[in-house]
Amino acid sequence: MATTRELQKKEAEMPDGVERTRPRKAYTPSVDILEKKDEIVVTADMPGTDERSVDISLEKNVLTIYGMTDPEQQKASRPFYAEYGVGDYQRAFTISEEIDRDGIKATVKNGVLRLVLPKAQAAKTRKIEVQAGA
Amino acid sequence: MIWSDISRFNRTWDPWSELDRMQRLFRDLAVPAAAAEFPAVNVWVTGDEAEVTIELPGVDPKDVDISVVGKTLTLKGSRNPEEAKDEESYHRRERWSGSFNRAVDLPFLINANKVEARFSKGILTITLPRAEEDKPKKINVISA
Repeated sequence: MATTRELQKKEAEMPDGVERTRPRKAYTPSVDILEKKDEIVVTADMPGTDERSVDISLEKNVLTIYGMTDPEQQKASRPFYAEYGVGDYQRAFTISEEIDRDGIKATVKNGVLRLVLPKAQAAKTRKIEVQAGA
Repeated sequence: MIWSDISRFNRTWDPWSELDRMQRLFRDLAVPAAAAEFPAVNVWVTGDEAEVTIELPGVDPKDVDISVVGKTLTLKGSRNPEEAKDEESYHRRERWSGSFNRAVDLPFLINANKVEARFSKGILTITLPRAEEDKPKKINVISA
C-alpha cells in the first residue's frame, strides 16, 4: 500500500536483555560532535522534540539522550508515501572524566538539540615548558 | 571425462556473467545511508486533502521556499553546518548539510490558494487541499 523506505533514520540499538517501557520505536539521531578549546559541543537532529520532551542523563561516564515525540502525525488518514518513521530518539555516549559535569548546558531549537559539555579545568590544554637539562 | 563435463557446463552457465549479476544485485540492495535524501518527507492523504510532513531540524522556516504547481509540491532551502574554527575539530559529522530541492507528487491537483504551512519543533507540516475542478463529480441517476 504505502511506499516506505525508511533510509533516513536508523533504529536505536538496545543492550541485550534491556527493553523499552514505551511501546514505540526509537531512532538514533544524527549527531555532530565539535571539540572546541574549552568545550565539546554535541548537536543532534531530533525533529519533533522540544525542551520539555528531551531527557539528558549522565550516569558514571555514560551520557544518554532521550527525546520523546508526539504521535500526532499518525492520524486516521492512511500514509500515502513515507520516508521516515515517527518515534522517539535515543543515543548514548561515553564521555571522559574531564568534563565539568555541573556546567553541562542543553538547548533545543527547531528540533535540534545542542549540548555544551565544558571541559574541566584540569583537562584544558596546558603548554608544558621544556627545560634544558643540566 | 570430467573436463568434458566442465566445458559443457561452461557453455550453458557463464560464471562471470553470474558474478556480474550478483554484484549488481548486491549494489542495488545496499542501503545508500549517506546518499539518503534530505529532508525526509511523509505524505498523508485523507479524502480531498493531503498533509505533507517534512523533517527539517535546524532549518529556519523563513529560508524554506515552498511552491505548488499542478500536482507537485516543491521545497527548496539549505542547511549550513557550524564551521570548525581554529583549534576546533569535528569528532563526528553525521548531520546532513547543503542545499536541497525536493519535489513531491500528489495523487490530485492542488488548490494552490488554500495551501497552509506550519512549522513546529523542526517539522514542517503543509496542508494541501484538492482543487475543486479535480474533485470527482457525483452523477445522479435519474430514474425513467
